[in-house]
Amino acid sequence: MEFIRSHILTLILFFPVLAAVVVLLLPKNNLKAIRWTALGMSLVPFALTVYLWTQFQSGQAGFQFEEQYAWYAALNSTLHVGVDGLSLTMVLLTTLLTPVALLASFSITDRVKAYMFLFLFLETGMLGVFLALDLLIFFVFWEIGLVPMYFLINQWGSEKGERELWKGVKIQARNYASLKFIIFTMAGSLGLLLAIQLLGVLFKTYDLAALTAQWNSLEGTVLGLPVATVKTVSFWAFVVAFAIKVPVWPFHTWLPDAHTEAPTAGSMILAGVLLKLGAYGFLRLVLPLYPAESAKYAGALAFLAVMAIVFGAFAAYGQKDFKRLVAYSSVNHMGFVLLGIAAAAKASGTLDANIALNGAVLQMFNHGLSAAGMFFLVGVLYERTHTRNLDDFGGLFPLVPVYGGILIFTSMASLGLPGLNGFVSEFLVVRGSWPILTVYTAIAMIGLLFTGAYILKGIKSVLHGPLNEHWATGEHKLTEINLREIIVMAPLMVLILVIGIYPAWILDVINKAMMMLFH
Amino acid sequence: MQFPFLSVIVFTPLAAALVILLYKAEWKKAVRWTALAAGLFALALSVWVYIAYDKGAAGYQFIEKYDWMPMFGISLHFGVDGMSVPLVLLTGIVMVTGVMISWGIEDRPREFFAFLFILASGVFGVFASLDLFMLFFFYEIAVFPMYLLIAIWGWIKTREYAAMKLTLYLFIGSVVSLVGALVMYWTAAQQTGALTFDMLALETVKFAPEFQKIWFLPVFLGFAILGGLFPFHNWSPDGHVAAPTAVSMFHAGVLMKLGAFAALRVGIMLLPEGAKFWAPLIMSLALVNIVYGAFIASVQTDFKYVIGFSSVSHMGLVAMGFATLNADGMTGAGVQMFSHGVMTALFFAAVGMVYDRAHTREIPKLGGMVKPLPLVAIGVIVGSLVSMGMPGFSGFIAEFPIFRGIWDTKLWWMAIVAAISIVITAAYVLRVVLKVFFGDMPAELEGHITPIKPLDKIALVLLMALMIGIGILPALMVPWVETGVKHILSLLGGA
Amino acid sequence: MTTILPILPELLLLALGILILTLDPFLKKDEARRPFLGWFTVASLLAALTVSLLLARPAGAALAFGGMIRFDWLGFLFKMFFLFAAAVTALLFMDADKLNRRAEAYFLLVAAALGMCLMASAADLVMLYLAIETTSIPLYILAGFLKTDDKSTESGFKYMLFGALTSAVLLYGFSLVYGFTGKTNLYELGLHFSNFNIVAIGVTFLILAGLAFKVSLFPFHFWAPDVYEGAPTPVAGFLSTASKAAGFAVLIRLFTAVFPVLNADWSLILAILATLTMTVGNLIALTQKSVKRMLAYSSIAHAGYAMIGVVAFSELGMASVVFYLIAYALTNLLAFGIVGIVGRAAGSDEFSAYNGLSRRSAGLGLAALVAFLSLAGMPPFVGFVSKFFVFAAAVQSGWVWLAIVGVLNSIVGLYYYLNVLKAVYLYRMENEDEDRHPVPVSRPAAIALVILVAGILLIGTLFGPWFGLATRAAAALF
Repeated sequence: MEFIRSHILTLILFFPVLAAVVVLLLPKNNLKAIRWTALGMSLVPFALTVYLWTQFQSGQAGFQFEEQYAWYAALNSTLHVGVDGLSLTMVLLTTLLTPVALLASFSITDRVKAYMFLFLFLETGMLGVFLALDLLIFFVFWEIGLVPMYFLINQWGSEKGERELWKGVKIQARNYASLKFIIFTMAGSLGLLLAIQLLGVLFKTYDLAALTAQWNSLEGTVLGLPVATVKTVSFWAFVVAFAIKVPVWPFHTWLPDAHTEAPTAGSMILAGVLLKLGAYGFLRLVLPLYPAESAKYAGALAFLAVMAIVFGAFAAYGQKDFKRLVAYSSVNHMGFVLLGIAAAAKASGTLDANIALNGAVLQMFNHGLSAAGMFFLVGVLYERTHTRNLDDFGGLFPLVPVYGGILIFTSMASLGLPGLNGFVSEFLVVRGSWPILTVYTAIAMIGLLFTGAYILKGIKSVLHGPLNEHWATGEHKLTEINLREIIVMAPLMVLILVIGIYPAWILDVINKAMMMLFH
Repeated sequence: MQFPFLSVIVFTPLAAALVILLYKAEWKKAVRWTALAAGLFALALSVWVYIAYDKGAAGYQFIEKYDWMPMFGISLHFGVDGMSVPLVLLTGIVMVTGVMISWGIEDRPREFFAFLFILASGVFGVFASLDLFMLFFFYEIAVFPMYLLIAIWGWIKTREYAAMKLTLYLFIGSVVSLVGALVMYWTAAQQTGALTFDMLALETVKFAPEFQKIWFLPVFLGFAILGGLFPFHNWSPDGHVAAPTAVSMFHAGVLMKLGAFAALRVGIMLLPEGAKFWAPLIMSLALVNIVYGAFIASVQTDFKYVIGFSSVSHMGLVAMGFATLNADGMTGAGVQMFSHGVMTALFFAAVGMVYDRAHTREIPKLGGMVKPLPLVAIGVIVGSLVSMGMPGFSGFIAEFPIFRGIWDTKLWWMAIVAAISIVITAAYVLRVVLKVFFGDMPAELEGHITPIKPLDKIALVLLMALMIGIGILPALMVPWVETGVKHILSLLGGA
Repeated sequence: MTTILPILPELLLLALGILILTLDPFLKKDEARRPFLGWFTVASLLAALTVSLLLARPAGAALAFGGMIRFDWLGFLFKMFFLFAAAVTALLFMDADKLNRRAEAYFLLVAAALGMCLMASAADLVMLYLAIETTSIPLYILAGFLKTDDKSTESGFKYMLFGALTSAVLLYGFSLVYGFTGKTNLYELGLHFSNFNIVAIGVTFLILAGLAFKVSLFPFHFWAPDVYEGAPTPVAGFLSTASKAAGFAVLIRLFTAVFPVLNADWSLILAILATLTMTVGNLIALTQKSVKRMLAYSSIAHAGYAMIGVVAFSELGMASVVFYLIAYALTNLLAFGIVGIVGRAAGSDEFSAYNGLSRRSAGLGLAALVAFLSLAGMPPFVGFVSKFFVFAAAVQSGWVWLAIVGVLNSIVGLYYYLNVLKAVYLYRMENEDEDRHPVPVSRPAAIALVILVAGILLIGTLFGPWFGLATRAAAALF
């Protein structure tokens, strides 16, 4: 027990890899064993995280459960992990969504072993980003998570569709989407990589705490240029890397493609966790490392955020593909996260900023729940109908009342209905940002209006209106959501409701963390 | 007296080659098994040398010195430092995997393995030599079997042209360096009064800065030709493509390192002032290598050309790392030599396996190889990740410090330009992987793709394990390289 | 006894020649005397070699026979080498049509070797001229030995005409020297040429022209390809190696003994000559279709490389020349040996005759590999170290540009040598039926090839002691 306590973070971090290896050793054809082993073992990190949550001292400043091991001595980089309220929330989200997504993937029948392996591997990649207290380790996990996601999309993604690459060379849409995903992200992180290298050269350390202190007290010239210039450039390098991941308009174009082509569980994790990596990067690295630049360019960030909110909503409204609709809704929702961050950057330390930050972090968590749920529900429908075109549905509510209920519930959370979680976080963001960035917030409110519009449109065209007879009878008869799928949705729905009604348990942790981080 | 590890490693392949040549041409099985046994023996010894190398003591170890021609200070002087010990290991690995993958060669296997092993001896000899004469001696030994290996067993369409081009390029490079080395030799003799080719002694001779500035360039560039430095890289993709699988592995995996290593050992270490003077030029050339190589690779349609040009790009990183002349860059370059060696060996092995079955390397004509050749697919994927510098794999461990090294020079902007190559590389390797392994299999290949043999599998797994192992635990290789770098830096007069 | 030691090898050769001619009439049947004569010659030459090695080693350098002969290591080393080369050539003779059944051939070979031995140690202009003629005349006959073959006749005739012309020039030079100084001994002459004057230029030019012909330096090289091509292959091999080595022996002795102080004035001219010789030889070799002609041009180029060592004009330079000549001779003998065997089997010396050789006879293929790579200057063969030392000597004496010219030339050389190997290893015979066309290698030829290959490898790797000998020989010059 003592061992578990003292090594809990590395256990959480690397247990999925162990699970992946175990899965790899199982016989290829025993699908049942593979699925259940993967699921069962993925519950362990979740259990450990819950335990961690209970042991976490939210009032204590700084990082807890720190561990540090030698890694790349030549570069003075160590495997340094630790949690604070911010990362703990994200770790919880990740370890929760992974088993859920694995359960959702039980319908996968093609190369299950490789699938489960990659999925578990992906979990470690994401957790590593949230846990890392070393900039280089952060980057390592940041990049490494791309690989499994890339293969999940292009191997298990939807099989239909082609895209023209260049000069008439056509490739499968899922290949196109996955390539776009990985190239966008890698190209985005290029600046980050270069900036990290520069930091390493300057300070000979990658430890975040030391780096933050030294970087902020740096004066004079670097590389023959004024420090301010270097800082501004590297600030934007960081911002672009994270903005692509979030994704922020205008860097979001990879997201609808990736979501549309990814398998259901892939989309769940992509929307649920991967997008949060970008926002987490803003909070963990950009704001502490570049307080002055962040404040200076907060307006620009807010502008991007608002564009994401408005355009995301408009674009979602214009979609005919159910999954694309949900994908654009992610752009829209993540815009609020960035808005909160921009507000906090502009007026760091004020009460309003703190409220906005609370909202942003909670929004990250909430969006993780609702987006994962939404993508899963789209997947459920798609598995039965093999179409995602909204025009092909209609009036399905009487056929599948349980499914319909769940869909409406989740949509409402996404829409921000008071009483459900989305309302709490969006309210906090708007409340916090209003005094700081009044104009932008006002425009964002308009965007919120359209959020309602596209979600209602989605519900309407699927569940209501005239019944599409195609699904009513015969071999195409739509079947009700099954028990496994309900179990997938259950934890998500419970949390949506709990946070909506009693957000204090999680907000307390977040709030204290934000207070201490950006006092 | 200690067991003479290095000389045994160097001469084992040569002895095996001679034994094999004595066999009858029909004894193909015996030839293969002898080759494998000798390869494993040399590998085992290299592993031992690697493990037993005392990182705390650093410096040159496993030193053996035999008089060869005392009159001129020529000796058989073996020894390894932190820079060369990983390369000796690499050679052992490539040699063994090369034998495993060439198991199926039916046309005159006796000569094939004999030449391959003479080549291996030459390579081992260069890496382990501390004598300038001996270095050239083994360097040339490594070059000429290449001609025959490519010309005889290579790809029929370009082998004559490519083999001749390669040999002439490399020979030009080595003789130009040779003249430089002779000048150094006599100048050192004038300065110190002692005739010696001993590199340890030459290291301590302080050549006049003007002299170093004049002679650094021919010496360095002469060797750098083999390292594939722009604009002398031209021979390399053609050579790669024409060569049979095992030779491509050797060629890209080890031989190009030979050039880079010799350029370091003779150019930078013996003429440090010259290196400082010319470093910006070398960096500029290397930058062209990196970016241009990646660009050209991205438009190739022949699988092997893609890898050939990617090697040019990656070897540019090695040259770049050396030219930074600082700890980060050199460490990175040292690791990159090993990492790239393993990676290209794996790539070429995989391409060979695909080609043997599909009889084409045109990427548009391939597809769907993952089903019949799953392990090959995994191997190529791992190789691709290494090649794009994905963290968690050895490529990142190598490239990251190189880039850091660039930042630490006056030409820091090159880091930004060179970084473009990372994205280009990612784009083209992934494109190739997608098409070749996951695209639709062309109808004419259906049913022709037979599974790979157990030996092939062992080779692939071994190579993959190395790349992942170093990627996860840099401590498996970096400390060795660091000790070597420290010594080089002391020669350069820095900390 | 001690008085004859300086010419012991020569005496033994003389005895052998007489023996061969005496034995000849007693061997009636062709079939019986063919192998016997050959083996007898080889065995006697080797015996002479052994005896001389044991008994006739010079202690220091001394003039003997009234100053006609200089008994020193330079001469001795070359003599031993000539005996060896003659023995190997005799082995190759046994495999060649016509040559193998005629005692005259062996006799002429021995006679030529005798002349060479005298060339290597001659210390007097008269002796020198006689030695050169003793060497040349048997070689003229050997080159034209195949009377029924037009090419061979042409070769012999051409060789004789050019030889006679240059001998005349040489003799003219010698007589001028005598006329100006009244001396004929080389070592006394040196004192008279201590300053640079017009006479010295003229004389040196004449003598140089004569010797340049012997070693086929540019622009006196043009006879060589035609003569080599037409001459029976083993004779061509002997011509291009031993004869050339003898010429160089004279050249370096003359230049060090007679014109040492003129070195500074002459060396640039010699350097240019070397450059032209290398370049012209290599470039023309590049275009050849016949391997034999290619070797002829390449042997011109090799004379150019050897000249680099002469230009360096240091002890190391001379030692490197001696070493280079030995290395080159071993290698070229091997190459011509192979050409002879293939030529006999294929009836042609064209490159295409070598197609598929490694499949027809793997051993011969490997021998070709050794020979041509050694010629190209690749380790671990002797060609590498010999070139290395020549270039090292050049660089030591400050002739860096000449060394660079040399290395660049060796690249050109590499190209055409590799072309032979390409045919040997890569190309196939027309019908791809190499199995049915084995290349027979007779026992004497096989022995010769094995000895040469072993020598090339041995000296190529353990070059220390051998170069020590060369240094000792060179030391005798200064």
